[in-house]
Amino acid sequence: MNLITRRSLIVGGSAAAATLASGCDQISDVNVESLRPILDFGQFLSLHAQRLLLAGQPLVREYEEADMSPDFPPNGTERPNGMAYFRHMISNFADFRLIIDGMVKMPLSLTLDEIKAMPLRTQITMHNCDEGWSAIGQWTGVPLAHLLKTAQLMPEARYIVFHCMDEMVRTPDNSGFYYESIDLFDAMHPQTILAYGMNGKALPVAHGAPLRLRVERQVGYKHAKYVTRIEATDRLTHIAGGRGGFWEDRGYQWYAGL
Amino acid sequence: MALSEPNVEPKVTAQSAAAPQREVMYRHTVAVRLTHWINALVLVLLLISGLRLFNYHPALYWGNYGYQGVPSFFSIMALEDIETDEPVGVTSIMGHNFITTGVLGVAYDAQGEPVTGAFPAWLILPGGLALARDVHFAAAWLLVLNGLIYLLFGLFTGHFRRDLLPAGGELHLRHMLADIWHHMRLRRARGAAARRYNLLQKLAYAIVVFGLLPVMVLTGLTMSPAVTAAMPFLFDMFGGRQSARTIHFLVANLLVLFVIVHIIQVVVTGAFNNMRSMITGRYTILPEDKK
Repeated sequence: MNLITRRSLIVGGSAAAATLASGCDQISDVNVESLRPILDFGQFLSLHAQRLLLAGQPLVREYEEADMSPDFPPNGTERPNGMAYFRHMISNFADFRLIIDGMVKMPLSLTLDEIKAMPLRTQITMHNCDEGWSAIGQWTGVPLAHLLKTAQLMPEARYIVFHCMDEMVRTPDNSGFYYESIDLFDAMHPQTILAYGMNGKALPVAHGAPLRLRVERQVGYKHAKYVTRIEATDRLTHIAGGRGGFWEDRGYQWYAGL
Repeated sequence: MALSEPNVEPKVTAQSAAAPQREVMYRHTVAVRLTHWINALVLVLLLISGLRLFNYHPALYWGNYGYQGVPSFFSIMALEDIETDEPVGVTSIMGHNFITTGVLGVAYDAQGEPVTGAFPAWLILPGGLALARDVHFAAAWLLVLNGLIYLLFGLFTGHFRRDLLPAGGELHLRHMLADIWHHMRLRRARGAAARRYNLLQKLAYAIVVFGLLPVMVLTGLTMSPAVTAAMPFLFDMFGGRQSARTIHFLVANLLVLFVIVHIIQVVVTGAFNNMRSMITGRYTILPEDKK
């Protein structure tokens, strides 16, 4: 079947999202930009309507083991390039440290064992890719809220940024690494976890080892894999393209609840 | 004038009293006309962006999960003919495969070069996934807001009761058969019969307004992980996340079918008169046939 993955499209390393995601046809930037206010208005309505709907912070449906899909396709990066990640892989992430910094009173540098000693949560949930497919898997990890509480978030912090180890596009200034961000509404949700286990085993490399984000009320590209640093911040403009994520910098919406 | 009652004051053009008369009636209120055209534009946007989205994963499943490798009951593929190195479009329905090169799976561009993709590029929104999502969701909001205005209007002005609810006598078998026979002959309604929607018209519009469009909105929402966090019963309503996506696709096809039949009917029953009535509100009633 001819399924186009984002990964295969990025090869050229081109900048405009419309060009990235379509093989041959593209509409001119002028056309799209003149529509932008209407398109963003739809986005504005979706974010606020869904936040209203989710005001009580309900949990997404959790499933039984019998409901799990027989397989779970990896998407995006399936193994980060470069020796740094390769060394982590062969040493089984023994020297890996998760950095938590930015607007926190107590910046942290945690080993995987320290993270695994923290309170954990296991959940069987549905993963929704914005391409249309879905799979059901089991995730085990530490609630992000616990990490942020331990690091003592400053009151000015509004966003949590996840810096990743997979470099999507080679750039001289190292701005082509995958990154994602969520706001505190999603960060503090009980099902928002940094997972180190999947389907009862250690998180596989293809799914983001050693740590990946699960932010269950948003679609796949928000679930950052290979997370190495968590930064608390009051704005997103200072990071890479300034729109809060690798795909967001290339035209995708920051809020992806649908 | 905006919310004035249709059908109340047919304007009679001055003619000699004995001759059969052509009347001009005020058929569609401004609210119906406005919401109709907004809806028409929005449905086109939803269709072309929806097909673009479908092209990113051109397979349909039932249940909660579905991905490449899970058996699908409908899919569109591009395979390669190893003898000619040419791509071949294959559409698979319930395990039956059909070669659909030129239409589905593989289409030809202006230079005659084969281009792979489930639905052909000429039919669908240009650009990528991000733009298709933005257009689809913005248009969906317009559909919902426009639809709510139409529903409120229809309820409070009596449009639904007067124009869409079948009258008592219309539901008798004899009347229904006569109506179907009339449709099959593609005859244009005249006189009193032209003043109102006939039974099949009423049913078609009612099914679209109260059935198909609400199902489209609800199945669309069932694909949203945020909405289903608040409303998990949507999964149960439609049999799962992928089932909702499948129903969304199938009902979109029914809507396309409705629009095709609708346009054919508009043309065969007087394209100019019908278009004028949906633009200005005024509709000419032809006199009864002399028997």
